[in-house]
Amino acid sequence: MSALIASALLIVGSIFCLVAAVGMLRLPDTLIRMHAATKAGTVGAGCILAAEAVVAGELGTTLKAIAAIVFLLLTAPVAAHLIGRAAYHQGIRLFEKTWIDELADSMPVDGSATETSLTHSSESSGKDNGKREDGPGPSGNHP
Amino acid sequence: MIIDYQTIVHLASRLSLALLIVSIALTFIRLVRGPQAADRVVALDLIAIMIVAFLGAYAVHVKDTSFLDVAIAYALIAFLGTVALARYLIRSCNASKQCSTGREEE
Repeated sequence: MSALIASALLIVGSIFCLVAAVGMLRLPDTLIRMHAATKAGTVGAGCILAAEAVVAGELGTTLKAIAAIVFLLLTAPVAAHLIGRAAYHQGIRLFEKTWIDELADSMPVDGSATETSLTHSSESSGKDNGKREDGPGPSGNHP
Repeated sequence: MIIDYQTIVHLASRLSLALLIVSIALTFIRLVRGPQAADRVVALDLIAIMIVAFLGAYAVHVKDTSFLDVAIAYALIAFLGTVALARYLIRSCNASKQCSTGREEE
């Protein structure tokens, strides 16, 4: 029985990883690609390590596999947050059908993103982009 | 017909290894092609997670649990590398004044 569960977990995990890889290729935008990469990658690796935990006969190996799963679950959101923040602050090109960009409206210092990302957001952010040329104003000047 | 469970696990782990190799190859295309540095960092992070999964599947395949230690250590190093690359991205865009916020230099 445990062999069947382990086999199912192995195949499901590797299919999740394959879906993540296809999403990395097909999706249009860095942030949307991160949506595929972090979730599916974590679930895929978690399923495969859970298969190792199921198929292992002794307690130490099972605990080690569970520790690896917990470590992946703890570090993947942190890494994804850091990459997303760095990518956004670097001014990546957003997908052209992006219709909401709340971070551009609530940026703490100058309230605007770079020009490439602002072309896809609302008109109020465009006005903020004009204000940014005068220097960083207070954050309360946004409509 | 008596089902040999060890054979089932062996076949499943072999199929899993094949799928993981295909996944790593597909992600490597994005690593090469990615138009910006952030795309490459995301692809590297995903490749690292897939290598951790590969090590887990290989530990099942060869019935050697010491590959699990390798997987844990590699996950740790990959996380540190991802954090370092993200900080490098922020610092480099601060240095080139193309960053969207200049908070870290003021």
